[in-house]
Amino acid sequence: MSGKLILNRRRLLGLGAASATTLLLAGCDQFDGLLSGEQNIRGWLEKGNDLTYQAQRLLGGQSALAHEYTEADIRQGQRPNGSTDPQTADYLQLKANNFADYRLKITGLVNQELSLSLADLKSMAARTQITRHDCVEGWSCIAKWTGTPLGPILDRAGVKPEARFCLYHCYDTMDEGLGGQVPYYETSDLIDAHHPQTILAYGMNGGDLPVANGAPIRVRIERALGYKQPKYVHTIELVTGFANVGAGKGGYWEDNGYDWYGGI
Amino acid sequence: MASITEGSAKPVEKPAKTKGPLIYRQSIWTRVTHWVWVVCLFFLLATGLNIFNAHPTLYLGQQSGFPELQSNGQSLNNAWLEIGAVNTDDGGARGQTTILGHSFDTTGVLGMSGDPANPDFRGFPAAITIPSYYDLGTSRVIHFFFAWILVTTLVVWLIASILNRHILGIPPTLRDLRHLPRDVLDHLRLRFEHGRQYNVLQKLAYSGVFFILFPLIILTGLTMSPGMDAAWPWLLQLFGGRQTARSIHFLTMSAFVLFFVIHIVMVILANPINELRQMITGRYRASGDVPFDRSKGDKP
Repeated sequence: MSGKLILNRRRLLGLGAASATTLLLAGCDQFDGLLSGEQNIRGWLEKGNDLTYQAQRLLGGQSALAHEYTEADIRQGQRPNGSTDPQTADYLQLKANNFADYRLKITGLVNQELSLSLADLKSMAARTQITRHDCVEGWSCIAKWTGTPLGPILDRAGVKPEARFCLYHCYDTMDEGLGGQVPYYETSDLIDAHHPQTILAYGMNGGDLPVANGAPIRVRIERALGYKQPKYVHTIELVTGFANVGAGKGGYWEDNGYDWYGGI
Repeated sequence: MASITEGSAKPVEKPAKTKGPLIYRQSIWTRVTHWVWVVCLFFLLATGLNIFNAHPTLYLGQQSGFPELQSNGQSLNNAWLEIGAVNTDDGGARGQTTILGHSFDTTGVLGMSGDPANPDFRGFPAAITIPSYYDLGTSRVIHFFFAWILVTTLVVWLIASILNRHILGIPPTLRDLRHLPRDVLDHLRLRFEHGRQYNVLQKLAYSGVFFILFPLIILTGLTMSPGMDAAWPWLLQLFGGRQTARSIHFLTMSAFVLFFVIHIVMVILANPINELRQMITGRYRASGDVPFDRSKGDKP
């Protein structure tokens, strides 16, 4: 209608196009400053992960099972990732003796602390499942896992009502920049801990669990990504929270920016 | 313009005829959700490419074949797309993309990019990922945040579009499809009609986006979640496995990028001012042969 108005719109359009072009030429690193470190904006965006956790618990309930595959689906070995050969003194000593002196300790908010040998664990009712291991990086691998369900062990120890998480302590250490090495650790809620497919795996693809895959014990939490399934576990501690452990985010990778839930 | 005769007694008539009514074409629901999707899809794309960079290989089936992993003499090789870098004979390196067994040199863009003196070895280049550096955790945080916004906005749009019947104007009717050859010719001649309804090519494009691409990209995204696969086991059956779903997610993203390019080209060719006004104010200048109808809220 009025030429002036159109001109203004054209100018506006030109301005929009110019800023879009600037952004394109400068590249997406324009956003880097906003997103890094302890900026408030990141904490705000992370609320999306809380929503994902709530939504998946709502849809999957306490015990929806991960898909179990058949022997025919085991087409290759299980890809080792993260730590594959821990070098801590305690671990090397255990490994030298083929883990005969290994003890899994259940501690923290329990009525009775437990200390279980590998033979103890193997003498308990076992569960074998062929499941898909999903890495946060995007790849998947199908393998057969054999182990002792964690739920009944927790029941035997008697989890106190105030406990809300399992804190898994591991023998392997990870690089922490200038700080040197820190032990790998993870946490899960008690729903995942009691899930029927959550096992303390000591066997893989019909043999003993190899060192590269977490010997003597790796936790399988089948509805979560690989980094939520700690290897080389020596202690499971029942806790009310994990703010005072590591950097306080509930796991080695969580302390380095991964989401705590890890189910997506 | 050439038809305006010299010294005509009624020079006003001709422009009035070529200029159609200013119709109200897009409701506030369509406009707001449209711009929210623009923001969402931008961040989802840029963070998605960075997430892809964590493992720039795509596979078919349930799992990822790693030929070096043997089990009882078995190994699996089911990759169909692989972006990486290889050493060259002269001691250097080059970016290489392999699609279905065919390798292409993609130095500078895929596999190896950035400053040639100090190249980055990564799938997609820093210029188009968020963050520009490799940070899987941060990319995932942003990706899932905007995924939630996208899905929420789609639900809002769906409900509003059913209530205001906007959605009925999207799927092409049989009559529309009969006009398809003519509409294609018109588009090729860059002759665009600006009616009250979308033309058949628009209907096909938008139907593709709303009824195929959006559901596909959301459901394949969910299929990559081990938690969702347990909650909704049909996801894995629908797509034939987590790795196939990841591949479809990637291809659907590519289709979205293609749609975006065509969409922008069409906006520019069809009259960017009119098209932008439509998506900002809702008002759209129709073609001259569209009759003025005050009952529909037309303005001159």
